[in-house]
Amino acid sequence: MKPILLTLLTGGLLTMILPACTNVKEYQKSRLNDAEMVLGNRKIEKTELSFQSYREGASGANAGKSGGGCGCN
Amino acid sequence: MRASRAGAAAVIDHQSISMKKISLTVIGLYLGILAAFSQPKPDSVYQSRKLKIEEINLVSSYYHQEGDHAAVTGGIGSQKLTDISNSLEIKLNRYDKKYRKQTWSLDLGIDHYTSASSDKIDPKTLTSASYADTRVYPTLAFSRENEKKGTEFGVGASFSAEYDYTSIGVNGHFSKKTKNRMGEFSAKAQVYLDQIHLIYPMELRDGASPEKLKTGSDARNSFSGTFSWSQIVNQRLQLMFLLDLVQQTGYLSLPFNRTYFDDGSVHVERLPDSRFKLPLGFRANYFVGDHLVLRGYYRYYMDNWGLKAHTASLETAIKVSPFFSVSPFYRYYRQTAVDYFRPYAAHKAGQDYYTSNYDLSEFNSHFFGSGIRLAPPAGVFGIKHFNSLELRYGHYTRSNTLQSNIISLHLKYK
Repeated sequence: MKPILLTLLTGGLLTMILPACTNVKEYQKSRLNDAEMVLGNRKIEKTELSFQSYREGASGANAGKSGGGCGCN
Repeated sequence: MRASRAGAAAVIDHQSISMKKISLTVIGLYLGILAAFSQPKPDSVYQSRKLKIEEINLVSSYYHQEGDHAAVTGGIGSQKLTDISNSLEIKLNRYDKKYRKQTWSLDLGIDHYTSASSDKIDPKTLTSASYADTRVYPTLAFSRENEKKGTEFGVGASFSAEYDYTSIGVNGHFSKKTKNRMGEFSAKAQVYLDQIHLIYPMELRDGASPEKLKTGSDARNSFSGTFSWSQIVNQRLQLMFLLDLVQQTGYLSLPFNRTYFDDGSVHVERLPDSRFKLPLGFRANYFVGDHLVLRGYYRYYMDNWGLKAHTASLETAIKVSPFFSVSPFYRYYRQTAVDYFRPYAAHKAGQDYYTSNYDLSEFNSHFFGSGIRLAPPAGVFGIKHFNSLELRYGHYTRSNTLQSNIISLHLKYK
C-alpha cells in the first residue's frame, strides 16, 4: 500500500470521525477513565513489545521505543 | 418578690449569655470546617509540594523461543533462547508553586539471557562466553503537566549496557489537549547513540574474511520523531493515530551474523549504513455495555530496505467484576523480506549487501494468549497499597519455524 494512499485514508477517516464526536463532560468519563480503556501499551506488555521488535523487521507506532538498543540475539 | 424577680432575671440573662456563647461556638466551628474545606491551610499547601510516591511498578517476564534459522550460523541452526527480565519503576510527583504537576520516574531494568546461536560465534567451544549475557538499562524521566492549560512537557535519558553493546538515549516530549479536553496532540523526539563492539565469527578473524573488516567498535545512531493524536468520540469510544519517522545510521549489521554464498564461501553479514522507517498506527478502544472493553490496533510499516509490514491486534477485556477482568488477545503480523535477504547458501558473489537473518525474511506470525487483572478497592490480598496484579501469557508462532512463549507479571503499588 502506498503511503500517500494510507495518508488519504487516515485523512478521510478523521474527516468522518471528527464531526461525529460528542462533547463528553468530565463526570461522563467514567468508562473512558477505566484502567482497561487506556490508549497505548500497558506496562505488562513491555517484554512482549521488546521481543516483537527483535524478532520482526517492523517496529514503532506503538508509543514505545523505536530505535536504539541491540536486539542481537 | 422583687428579690425573686431580680433572681429570675439574672438566671435568664445568664442563660441568654450561655446560648449566645454556644451559638457563637457552633458558628465558629461551622466556619472553621467550611474554611478547612474551602481553602487549604498554608501547611497543607506546603505538604502537597513535597515529593511523594505516586506508584511503584514491578514487571517480570520469562521468555523462551525455539527455531531452526539462526542468523549467527547463516540461517540454519538452533534459535533456542531464554530471557528473564525484571524492571522496577518508581514514580514520584509534587506540585510546584504554580500548581503544575511534576512527575519524576526512575526505571531500572535487568535482563539475563542464554542463547544457543550466540554460542556459535566460536563453533569450536562447547559453551563460550557469548552463551549468556546480562543487560542493565536504567531510565530517568521528568515531566511537568499544567492541568489548567492542558499541556505537558517532559525530558528523559536512558542508558543500556551489555557485553558487546552500549546505548545512550535522550528524549523530549510535548503534548497539548484541546479546549474541550476531547483531543490531544503529542510529539516526541528521541535520539539513541549506540556503540557496538565488533565481535566476528571465530573463523573470519585475523584477516581470514574475504572482505576487509573493521576492528574495535562502531557507532549506530537512531533519531526518531513520534507524533500522535488521540480523540474522544463519545462516552464509550476513543481513538489514537500514531506516526513515527525513524532514521538510523552507522553500523546496522551484526558482526557475528554469518552469510553463506552459493560458492561455499562465508562472509560477515553486510547491510546498508542507513535505514529510514515509517510506521503508521491506529488504535481504537470501545466500551461495550458494562462488562466488555474492545482494544483494537492496526499498524502499517515500510522502510527503505524494502520491508513492508501489516500488524493487526484485538484484545477483549471481559470485566467479570469491577475489580477483576480477563483479557484474551490475538495479534496477526505479516512482513515482506528486505531486498538483501537470501536463505542459507543462496547469495551470489558481487552483491553489495547480504543477510540470512530470518527476522528480515518474508513471514507471517500469530500471537495469542490471555491476561488477568485484579484490582480490588481494599488492595490485592487485603494489602492497602498493593493496587493491582496482572498476569499475562502469550504464545507466538512464526511461519518460518520460530515458536515462543512468554509469561509476564505486573505488580503495582500505589
